[in-house]
Amino acid sequence: MTTDKPERELVVEAGPEGGLVVGPIDRLLNLARKHSLWYMLFGTACCAIELMQTGGPRTDADRFGMVFRSTPRQADVMLLAGTITYKMASRVRLLYEQMAEYRYVIAMGSCASTGGLFQGSYAVVKGGDLIVPVDVYLPGCPPRPEALVEGLMLVQQKMEREPWLKKAHGKLPQPVDPWPEGAELHR
Amino acid sequence: MSQIETIQARLLELVPESSWSDGAAGDPFAALPADGWHAACLAVRDDPALGFDFLRSLSGVDRPADDRIEVVAHLFSYKHRHALVLKTHTGRDGGALPSIHDVWPAAEWYEREIFDLLGVRFEGHRDLRRLLMPEDWQGHPLRKDYREAEHYRGIPTRRPGYAAPDRDEP
Ligand code: SF4
Repeated sequence: MTTDKPERELVVEAGPEGGLVVGPIDRLLNLARKHSLWYMLFGTACCAIELMQTGGPRTDADRFGMVFRSTPRQADVMLLAGTITYKMASRVRLLYEQMAEYRYVIAMGSCASTGGLFQGSYAVVKGGDLIVPVDVYLPGCPPRPEALVEGLMLVQQKMEREPWLKKAHGKLPQPVDPWPEGAELHR
Repeated sequence: MSQIETIQARLLELVPESSWSDGAAGDPFAALPADGWHAACLAVRDDPALGFDFLRSLSGVDRPADDRIEVVAHLFSYKHRHALVLKTHTGRDGGALPSIHDVWPAAEWYEREIFDLLGVRFEGHRDLRRLLMPEDWQGHPLRKDYREAEHYRGIPTRRPGYAAPDRDEP
């Protein structure tokens, strides 16, 4: 599942003391990153029920290396699981800013993607991408756990393709931040 | 005498200024003036024959035609297993009511909600802050003439390029 040129592929060789993997350092780092995709234990409404199901034994996201962390400082992925109210908006932003780079955001469900059925509401933010940059949008109300795992796998694919060292040295453009003045807005 | 007539008779004894309505469209209720609100709530709670020990809900209704906001309390007695609806009202501009959170502690958050969404001040409330909307929100969304701002802290309140249902115009 990669679009990389063949010379960037990993080569697995049998060696005298077990095996040997040879490849560009980017690819090796990405391989490690993508198999430890930790998501933040955070939900704002009913979609979070399906998020809990995703971590449960039936879907078992653990087998892909996706485990939840209860702190943004250890999480790679933020799942916007549910309706976001204006009161919650600055908290969502604060949690996002506490996550270490490189962080990814999945908008889970129609509420987090667009505001969903609350278009006429005075209290609901019309989409998580008005507060934080979103990488993957998942349709559904709520999306099934299988869909959420697919969303997490799309993040894995994105990670796998990234020239990570270039990105780490700031040589790649960062995603557009919809709410850049966020920092002064929390209390 | 039916149960509601017994309650009515006792309520008129305790709070003579209450006016009773049989509530054609719903439950019978007693309307009270704002200045007797706190005393009446205390009386119906402590009277042994009424014993309304449980505040089921406290809500507000905006009535622009009458230029007032009504506050409605739904009460229940676990001892006698009977219910009562009490109403009072205040003006729309700078309206205030005595807080009843010392009568039923559950009223504390209900009053914060009514303050937040309808803009009624509750005097004597120990922590009257907005409950559902952010603290720097402008306006009171459940007022019939409320108009939503285009932005809140730089977040557009409509999804850009999205065909949203028309908002109610006042
Ligand atoms: S998309 Fe549906 S299930 Fe998810 S938070 Fe919104 S209303 Fe709830």
